[in-house]
Parts: sequence; C-alpha cells; structure tokens
Amino acid sequence: MKYIDAKGLDYATLNKILRQADGEIEVSGCLGQRFIAAGMSHKKITIKGTPGNALGAYLNGAEIRVKGNAQDAVGDTMNDGYIVVEGNIGDAAGYAMRGGKIYVKGNAGYRAGIHMKAYKDKVPVMVIGGKAGSFLGEYQAGGKIIVLGLEDSDRPIVSNFPCTGMHGGKMYLRSDCSNIRFPSQVRATRATKADIDEIKPYLTEYCALLGLEVSDVMNAAFTVITPDTKNPYKQMYVAN
Amino acid sequence: MSKGVHRIQHTLSIRERLCFFVLRKAMVTIMLKEGKVRIPSGCAIAAVIAKDGERMSGRPIIEAMKPMHDRSNGLGGGFAAYGIYPEYKDLYALHFFFDERATRKNCEIFLKERFEIVKSEIMPTRKIPTITDEPIIWRYFVTPLRSVLDSMQLDEKEFVVRTVMKINTEMPGAYVFSSGKNMGTFKAVGFPEDVGEFYRLDEYEGYSWTAHGRYPTNTPGWWGGAHPFTLLDYSIVHNGEISSYDANRRYIEMFGYKCNLQTDTEVITYIFDYLVRVQGLTLGEAASVVAAPFWSTIANKTDIEDKEKHTYLRTLFPSLLVTGPFSIVLGFNGGLMALNDRLKLRSMVVGEKDNKVYIASEEAAIRVMEPNAENIWAPAGGEPVIINVKEGCF
Repeated sequence: MKYIDAKGLDYATLNKILRQADGEIEVSGCLGQRFIAAGMSHKKITIKGTPGNALGAYLNGAEIRVKGNAQDAVGDTMNDGYIVVEGNIGDAAGYAMRGGKIYVKGNAGYRAGIHMKAYKDKVPVMVIGGKAGSFLGEYQAGGKIIVLGLEDSDRPIVSNFPCTGMHGGKMYLRSDCSNIRFPSQVRATRATKADIDEIKPYLTEYCALLGLEVSDVMNAAFTVITPDTKNPYKQMYVAN
Repeated sequence: MSKGVHRIQHTLSIRERLCFFVLRKAMVTIMLKEGKVRIPSGCAIAAVIAKDGERMSGRPIIEAMKPMHDRSNGLGGGFAAYGIYPEYKDLYALHFFFDERATRKNCEIFLKERFEIVKSEIMPTRKIPTITDEPIIWRYFVTPLRSVLDSMQLDEKEFVVRTVMKINTEMPGAYVFSSGKNMGTFKAVGFPEDVGEFYRLDEYEGYSWTAHGRYPTNTPGWWGGAHPFTLLDYSIVHNGEISSYDANRRYIEMFGYKCNLQTDTEVITYIFDYLVRVQGLTLGEAASVVAAPFWSTIANKTDIEDKEKHTYLRTLFPSLLVTGPFSIVLGFNGGLMALNDRLKLRSMVVGEKDNKVYIASEEAAIRVMEPNAENIWAPAGGEPVIINVKEGCF
C-alpha cells in the first residue's frame, strides 16, 4: 500500500503521483482536487477527505473508493473500472459514461446518469443506494441505472422530470413509483423476474462492496423504465 | 433554452478549461481587451453565517475560496460582510471606486448637498503583487440630510437608492459599490483569496460573510463588475449567466433602477430590492418569482394554497423570472438566502455545525471552514434556503 497525503497538493501534482504509483494506494487529506485518477487503469485508489469535481473522469479500469462524499461529475465519460462512494454524490454523476460501474451508498444530486450510453459489451451500471434528484437518466441512451431508495426520508425515490429525453438503456427504481410522473416517451412497468435476474449480479456486488444484505435490497418491488419506441422522444423545452 | 445549450452547460469542467486556455492564449496574442473576447465561465461562491450573531473574522471565508481557485480566472473576486461596522451601525457605509482625485472631489461636493458625512477615509488595503491597477477606493459613513428627505418626500432607503443610481449613471469614473448599514462589500479584479488579503478582511469581524470568485462569461472583468453586487444591505454573489437578462432589465428599469455596471448579476440585486423592500414580498415569495417552478410543476401541486400562491406570483411578475443557470447567495442585514435556478444547472451545497450554516459551490469549501460540518445537502432547484440570525443578535 502506498500512502499519499494530498494536503496542499494541486490536482496536477496529485495525479502525477498517482500515475507513477502502482497497486493499492491510499490518498488522505483530499480537499477539492479535481480530475483525480482521470483516465487511469490498473490501480486501486482509496480516497479520504473530499475529492473535487470530475473524480475518475475518463476512468479506464482503475478502482476508486471514496470514504465519504464526492462532488459533481463523478465518472464523467468513464470507460471502465469501479467508483465506489460511501457517502453522497453531487450533480451529473456518470455523465456520458460508456462503461464501468459507479456504486453509491447515499443519495445522488441532479442529472445522475445523464447521457449514459452502451455499445456491444460496454454496458455501464450505476447503483444509487439512497434517492436521486431531478432529471435522473436525462437523455439516457444505454446502460443501467438502479436506484434503491434506502434513505429514510419523505422525499420520493426520484425528484422531478426523471427520464427526460431517455431513448435507450434501462432504469430500475426500487419503488412502486405511484407518486412519480414519467414523460410520455418512456414505459414504466413492474419489474418481472427476468428484469430482476438481469440486475441481481450487480446488486450482489454492490451489497458486498458496501456491507449491505442483498436480501434486504431485493425484498421490495422494482419498477423498470425503458424508452417507448412507438412514441420517441421529441423535445422538452421548445417544440421545433 | 435549447437542448444543446442545456446539455453543454454542465460539462464546464474539462471541456471549458481547454477552451479557456486556447482563448486566453489567443487573447494575449492579439491583445484584445477583456470584454472583447468571450471566455467561458465557472465561478465560485461561498458563505457562512452565525445564527447566534457571533462575529467571525474574514479569514475562514478567504481560506474557503482556495480549493475552488480553478473555478475563477483572476478577473474578479469579492466579499460581502455583515455586522462589521457596529460603531457606525446607524449610518450608511458608502464604498466608492473613483478613477481620479478630481472625480472624488466633485463627488464629495455632491454628497455634502445630500448627506451629513460623519466619517470619510481611504479604504484600508494591503499592497500585494497580485492586485494591481486599483482605482481610488474610499468609504464614507453618512446619514441623509433631514431637510433634503423632507423636500423630496422620500423615505431614507429610497433616497439612498436614488442617490446610488444617480452617481453610478451620471458621474463618469465614480461608482458606489456598497451602500448598506453595518455591512460592506469589498471587491476587485483578482482571485478572491488575493482580494481578501488586499482588503485586509482578516481584520474585520462579521456575523455573516459571502464570497465570490469570478470567471466572466460575456462581460468585462473590471473592478465594478466583480461580485457582490450591492444595493442598500442587499448583496448578491452569483454563479451562472442570465438568459433572461434583457427582459429582466427592461422591466426593472421601469422602477428607477439603472443597470449600468456591465454585468448581468446586477439585475438580480435590484429585483430583490424591488420585490422585498418596495413590494413587501417575503424572501420565500421573492424566490418563487425569480426561480418560479414550471407551469406543469405548479399544476401538479396538491397543496391548493401553495398552488394558488405560485400561480399568483408567476402571473403578477412574469418579467422577473430569471432563466438560465444560476446559484446565488443573497445577503441582507440579519440573514442569508441561497437559491438555485429551477433546473439546477449550477452546483450548491449547504452544511451546518452548531450555530453556523455554510453554503458553497463545492463541499470542499465548506470542509475548509468547518472540517466536521454536518448535514451536508444540496438544495433542489428553486428551493430557497433562508437562514436568519436570531432577533436581537445582530
């Protein structure tokens, strides 16, 4: 294990040290440094403190674990690897993500999974343990977004305007979603056994990584949302 | 806003940085003046308030801006501080930029016709290499002349507002950038952490502070264009850009306000002054005007009273809806209000510890001020966070 004290380091210096290190690395004293581990592969990084925006951008196979909250744009355009966050994440997590996994124990801000995409064997997966803000899966084009709603609060599992512009991929919400309004261009149905079987491996992995019982997660109904190909997405803001 | 623009606006981090370096280089090469070339933006805001009125030095808020350094580009930084002039708390503290001595002398003649000037002094500053080309910075503690108020038949606050507008519009080279009681704004061209050192903010004590690091988008980076934008004790720090600026400006200028500081943020300050001071709305109602929910969101509200309130406010003040991305902190005597645009196209987090509440563009900034901050959360778009100091504690 290599230990790095990030206190006072700017992001370029911190990333240079990370690029030169191999194997398991622990970064402590992190405070707002952006782009941590951008584009990196073949290493396991544990982060203590508060990493800055675009954590793991373009990540290419490395594994990151954050022992707290992460800020905006976690895993921006990531290609492969893991980002595990033990706290909450900010806005626009997994922006244009095209592979790999983002596992979050807490809540996500606005626009989680915006423009997530998939191609052949590249299927990105995001699991949010708590609740998600508005515009979840905005313009989603592929991949899987799973929200478990395990946070104890009155707010709905996802806030306003979920799936706006969604035209590919699948979303799973651990709720009957009776209080959620979806746009007309998606279909929301009760998840079948086949749907659940499809995400069970991810949930099992998620629970193992974050110390949860998979049976506690699987014990409620899921709603699955997919684009309705008969009624494709047009335009939210202006009809032109 | 088009879908394309909407999508681009939250990709700021990496792509815009690259853009910025290219543009910056081009600007230096061909020596275009700032304001003639467009540099895309980030901006940073932070704030802290002590609910029990405990006064804090400016040091923590200066430090809080450091991890967000890259959100600014050195073309503007500033702070607003409340409770810093207790010895002059009943006087208006006017902070001025003057281009030359003659402008100041002329302006003083004008001020003396309208105010009793209790104290007049050069703003205390520290010479540092990162802040250059400063104008003449002066402050006056004043009280309006009773006789003038009577003859103009104006209340004190309206009189001060009109005087500020008159100076900023009609006196070339003179700008009032702070005009409240027991509060002050301090701003400059530079990075915020340098601006804080320049104005010696570690030597002031206030119960609430706001801060801004600027990354100008469409308008020049000049001293008067740095945030906060202040009128009376209302101050605004703002991250974002206003798509509805001209609609807002045309409307608010009908009521005597003049938008002449070459930056869109200015209009938000005047909107809050108009809605809260002139129209008597509560802060929450004013927030519902500025960041009104979509009609569809209003239509789906189940609380009938709430639904009617929003319908009423959106119908009555349609021209004061501010569209485009923003996160703002409004400072006022005795409190702060944080607000995001209704689509939440800018980041903002809130945290607390004991009697203090912290607000910032990034959690890292809050952790600088209070490493053990609790209940860190991100308010939803259009959901105002209002923090008041306990009555009698400020």
